[in-house]
Amino acid sequence: MPSKVLIVDDEANIVISLEFLMEQAGYEVAVARTGEEALEQVESFNPDVVLLDVMLPGINGFDILQHIRQRPRSQSTAVIMLTAKGREVEVTKGLALGANAYITKPFSTRELLAEVRRHLGVSEDHETLTN
Amino acid sequence: MWFGAAIILAALIYLGVLFGIAYYGDKRADRGRSLINNPYVYALSMGVYCTAWTYYGSVGRAAGTGLGFLPIYIGPTLMAILWWFVLRKMVRISQVNRITTIADFMASRYGKSTSLGGLVTIIAVIGIVPYISLQLDAVAASFTMLWNYPQAVSATTASTGLGGLDTALWVTFGMAAFAILFGTRHLDVTEHHEGLVAAIAFESVVKLVAFLAVGIFVTFVLFGGPGDIFQRAAADPALARLFTFNPSTLDYSQWAWLTFLSMLAILFLPRQFQMAVLENMNEAHIRKASWLFPLYLLVINLFVLPIALAGLMVFSDGSIDADMFVLGLPMVAGSESLALFVFIGGLSAATGMVIVDTVALSTMVSNDLAMPLLLKFRVVRPGQRGDYGGVLLSVRRVTIVVIMVLGYIYFRVTDTTASLVSIGLISFAAVAQFAPAFLGGIYWKGGTRLGALAGLVGGFVVWAYTLPLAATHSIGGVPDSFLASGPWGIGWLRPYNLFNLTGMDPVSHSLFWSLFVNIGAYVGVSLLSRPSALEQSQASRFINAFTYAPEGDAVFLWRGTATVDDLRAMLERFLGASRTARLLTDYGRSRGVDWSATHLADAELVQHAERLLAGVMGTASARVAIASVVEEESLTIDEVLRMLDETSQVRAYSRQLEQRTRQLEQKSRELEAATAELRAANERLQELDRMKDDFISTVTHELRTPLTSIRAFSEILHDNPDLDVKRRVHFLDIILKESERLTRLINQVLDLAKLEAGAAEWNTTEVDLRVLVDESIVAASPMAQEKGVAIHAHFDGDVPPIWVDRDRIMQVMLNLLSNAVKFSPAGSGLVQVAVTQADDVLQVDVSDNGPGISAEDQAIIFDKFRQGGDQSRGRPQGTGLGLPISAQIVSHFGGSLWVESAPDAGATFSFTLPLASESRR
Repeated sequence: MPSKVLIVDDEANIVISLEFLMEQAGYEVAVARTGEEALEQVESFNPDVVLLDVMLPGINGFDILQHIRQRPRSQSTAVIMLTAKGREVEVTKGLALGANAYITKPFSTRELLAEVRRHLGVSEDHETLTN
Repeated sequence: MWFGAAIILAALIYLGVLFGIAYYGDKRADRGRSLINNPYVYALSMGVYCTAWTYYGSVGRAAGTGLGFLPIYIGPTLMAILWWFVLRKMVRISQVNRITTIADFMASRYGKSTSLGGLVTIIAVIGIVPYISLQLDAVAASFTMLWNYPQAVSATTASTGLGGLDTALWVTFGMAAFAILFGTRHLDVTEHHEGLVAAIAFESVVKLVAFLAVGIFVTFVLFGGPGDIFQRAAADPALARLFTFNPSTLDYSQWAWLTFLSMLAILFLPRQFQMAVLENMNEAHIRKASWLFPLYLLVINLFVLPIALAGLMVFSDGSIDADMFVLGLPMVAGSESLALFVFIGGLSAATGMVIVDTVALSTMVSNDLAMPLLLKFRVVRPGQRGDYGGVLLSVRRVTIVVIMVLGYIYFRVTDTTASLVSIGLISFAAVAQFAPAFLGGIYWKGGTRLGALAGLVGGFVVWAYTLPLAATHSIGGVPDSFLASGPWGIGWLRPYNLFNLTGMDPVSHSLFWSLFVNIGAYVGVSLLSRPSALEQSQASRFINAFTYAPEGDAVFLWRGTATVDDLRAMLERFLGASRTARLLTDYGRSRGVDWSATHLADAELVQHAERLLAGVMGTASARVAIASVVEEESLTIDEVLRMLDETSQVRAYSRQLEQRTRQLEQKSRELEAATAELRAANERLQELDRMKDDFISTVTHELRTPLTSIRAFSEILHDNPDLDVKRRVHFLDIILKESERLTRLINQVLDLAKLEAGAAEWNTTEVDLRVLVDESIVAASPMAQEKGVAIHAHFDGDVPPIWVDRDRIMQVMLNLLSNAVKFSPAGSGLVQVAVTQADDVLQVDVSDNGPGISAEDQAIIFDKFRQGGDQSRGRPQGTGLGLPISAQIVSHFGGSLWVESAPDAGATFSFTLPLASESRR
């Protein structure tokens, strides 16, 4: 069963690039452009990894992260935060709120894929263990 | 005869009016809307100083000794200067200590002594009786004279009578009845007689007006003006000396003594004390009264000398007593109504004095003489049932009658050739005896009760011997040689020449000796005696009156037990059940105590009850009454001193603390203010910092976003050389677009930074705005056409050239146009551009028919990186810096940029640029 990746970003071109990358890596991809959409998708799509942009219109990325962490089903979902803002305080906040990783834009595609694979590896292993 | 009936009718009507005013005044007071609470009524009420003595007697005295009538008025004028200090202290003390009479004042000061209060009362009564007789004399004489109209003859005492009794007796009973009606209708705890004050103020006005009327009549009608009178009088040497300053009429020492005497009189006459001190409603009134009252005296005395001179000239045959000139002159001139008015004026002056003095004296007698005696001899037993309020009122009424009768008797038996003035001066000298003990009491802590008693007794004896006794010696059958060579031939005991002191008139002589003995005894005995604990505490209260809070004195020199029921029962006996209940509830409420639940009364309740009673019966009697229902333990002086000492220490300490606290409060308030300022400044700094941070982080974000795409797609293309053409083209396209976006952004950020820093370069030339706008529309057309949006331009005639930077204004136009196109609906969009001239500016409007801008967005679109439009519909293209840059450019040239819009109604962006004549940059 292919892993599911949810891409949350409001920048159209970035979404295109991420979509390409994820699909090329063989994952099933869903896209959300707003905070509300993101929450809906977490519910319905039930992704294994969420690529979450911090600067979103409406609900911001941190709040979405909190929501995800509060939901029992998605407590262990891997969340990788993406942001153009790179201040240390933001990174700390994100990690403290429960993000698994924090990647600043512009990112290296190689690095991004590696991170995704790493976090999927964990849950993959987790899945194989529990299955 | 009809005229006689008219006189009586007029008199009755006047008295009725007076009573009506008093009644109305009391009614208004009950309702709480006082009629008299202003300084003018206050000053007028003190005009009761001017009695029939002033009205009739001044002229009489002026006819005899010229300006010798003046000292009586100079004295009060001088005293008025000191009123703000002395009178105000008296008022404050009286209010705080609930003083009801002048005897009460003295008694209270010297340890609530009933003996002192009684003595003062007796002296006051005896002293004022001659004064009352003076009024009776004047009214009777004036009535009789007027009755004989048109004949103008002085009445002799054994003249016309009505119904068998002579006139004076009728007048006596009439005045007594009037005074009873006026002043003894009910008991009042506050002893404020508002109706009385109103009536007295009214009669002050009446007598002033009447006297002025006769003065004007005599001066300007009978004669040709004041100049005429004085000219004619100057022709007669006997008259001339009356108004010239020469030694035969002017006795400087007599003047001095009389002035001094009247200074004391204005303070201590019972009626003056009543009006000035007890009826005072507001200490601030004293200030105005200090000059209003002397003014009144001045005005009422203006015509005294002219009338006197006129009378001497008209009645040169001496057919009329000089005292009656005031009435005689209009009579002889045939002016009936004026004569009647003058009579009413004199009646007014007399009744004013009689009413107030008898009320004051009767209150003194009931509170300070009768009540203590009744209590002492257990005729009145406060611990037992009975209506004692009624007893008090009855005592007062009887007193009034007795005093009036005594006045009448004095009138009958004294030397009737004595002028009105000298009778009055006898009374003045009597009340002057109060001065040492009174003034000493409020300024000298050393004055003791025994000293006061000694002084009063001594002074009174000397006064009695040298004045009234001498005047009435013939009653006792004492021969006239008594005056000439002294009792039993002892020369130095001659009443008018004690210790062989000669050269002084009887009044000055008496005043000198009586005050000498009085002061000597007061000071001497005070120094030799020790004051009791209560005396000391009272002395402190009186002397430090201005620093004592009214009910706040915490030293209760009282230790004892009393039940609430006993206290209540006793209060009811004097105040009545309903009023007692109300007073107790009010007091209980103010202290948060329910008296029905407590059995034992505390010290404060007892003190309060004593205060309530003092208002009705005087402080001394109240003390006795309270003492009779409580089991009192008397404190030894040591205990009291210790209490006082502790209290004063504590008070001093707490005052220090208070002061320090206030200083600290001030400091902390200043600190707070400074801290608040600092906090505000800090917040502002933080905000600016935040804004700066925000700007930087936003710029960072905005720059990194296109970079992300550029990098990501570059990498993808690099890592996937076999990517399909379609996608390759697409991705390359994105890279290019994002590069452009990035470049644009960087340029704009730098541009804005330069503009804001004022570091931009401006190339200002003469520009035709129409041409510029046209060119900008041309430049924007491709973009507009692509979207299907039309751009129309309207020019309002020729426009003058302006001096601006062409490229920059072009930048503004392109920004506005691209925004307008961006937000116009595709296909049906219409952008309208107008250039108009208004006053000294050119205005350009760019309107679109798009969705409009909401009010919230209107506020933020000129902010950096902020863009209008619904966020959920995706971010609109553009950097969000266009408008801020345009605004900067426009304002650089002295114009302004703004937007007008409503949702669904499109938007119009407008900017103005000043015309060439205004700005040349």
